[in-house]
Amino acid sequence: MSIVLYRVDDRLIHGQVIVGWGQPFHVGFIVLVDDAVRASDWEQDLYRMGVPPHIEVSFASIAEAAQRLPEWEADPRPGILLAGSIDTLAALSANSHRVKRINLGGIHHQPGRSQRLRYVYLSDSEAVKLKELAGQGIEITAQDVPTARPVPLEEFA
Amino acid sequence: MSEPLRGVIVSHAAVAQALKSAVGTITGVEDALIPVSNDGCDSGALSERLAAAIGGKPAVLFVDLPGGSCLTSAIRLAKGRTDVAVVTGVNLAMLLDFVFHRDLPPLEAARRAGEAGSKAIRTPAA
Repeated sequence: MSIVLYRVDDRLIHGQVIVGWGQPFHVGFIVLVDDAVRASDWEQDLYRMGVPPHIEVSFASIAEAAQRLPEWEADPRPGILLAGSIDTLAALSANSHRVKRINLGGIHHQPGRSQRLRYVYLSDSEAVKLKELAGQGIEITAQDVPTARPVPLEEFA
Repeated sequence: MSEPLRGVIVSHAAVAQALKSAVGTITGVEDALIPVSNDGCDSGALSERLAAAIGGKPAVLFVDLPGGSCLTSAIRLAKGRTDVAVVTGVNLAMLLDFVFHRDLPPLEAARRAGEAGSKAIRTPAA
């Protein structure tokens, strides 16, 4: 099955990921790609608290994720790869040509961003970056939960 | 006498507001609980909402789920503090107990409320 979802979500591991996506896809593992979380045992313990025991959680830096992506893609269990920012997944896709789809699941308001969807706020530079990734052949949609319509990038950026 | 503890309910959607309303209806106590929703928040924005709700006062944070964005923000805020405690799995029974025991230290109040909430979970024969 490998990785069923490459998701950008600034809340990282939370209810929509574990329950909303994890249940219907019978997810067996989650990879959280974030340099800061990778460097902090305390942060990792915090995110593990939200994960039921049947789901394995791995924490990786961007560099580690680029290296281990083939291993995760070959895993027979369905998995989710999570990043907290567009920059993180853009860096990962630059170092690996395996990322073919990106799901935007939650990018919230910050100074410099404007609302594009209920749960997606983007700065102009983030919108440009997403278009560049789409230009490289990566399918980019926004979808917070599986029952929602996947919104193509062209509709909000 | 020191100021009584405040309870901050941290939840998805409108659960926190509904629980506060129910406690008010049952007990008449309207000023003990502050609802905080994570709607539209990244972790930074939720932390700001929580900090504003706590207001620098001793508090117990009642979180809906034992994981996820509400819990991570609550624990970050409580880290290293003795005047803020966290309890998860908030339900009406634990809040009803809490509003009448706000003179306890935060951790003790959180433990007591957690026990009251656990005792309320039963599967009575129909």
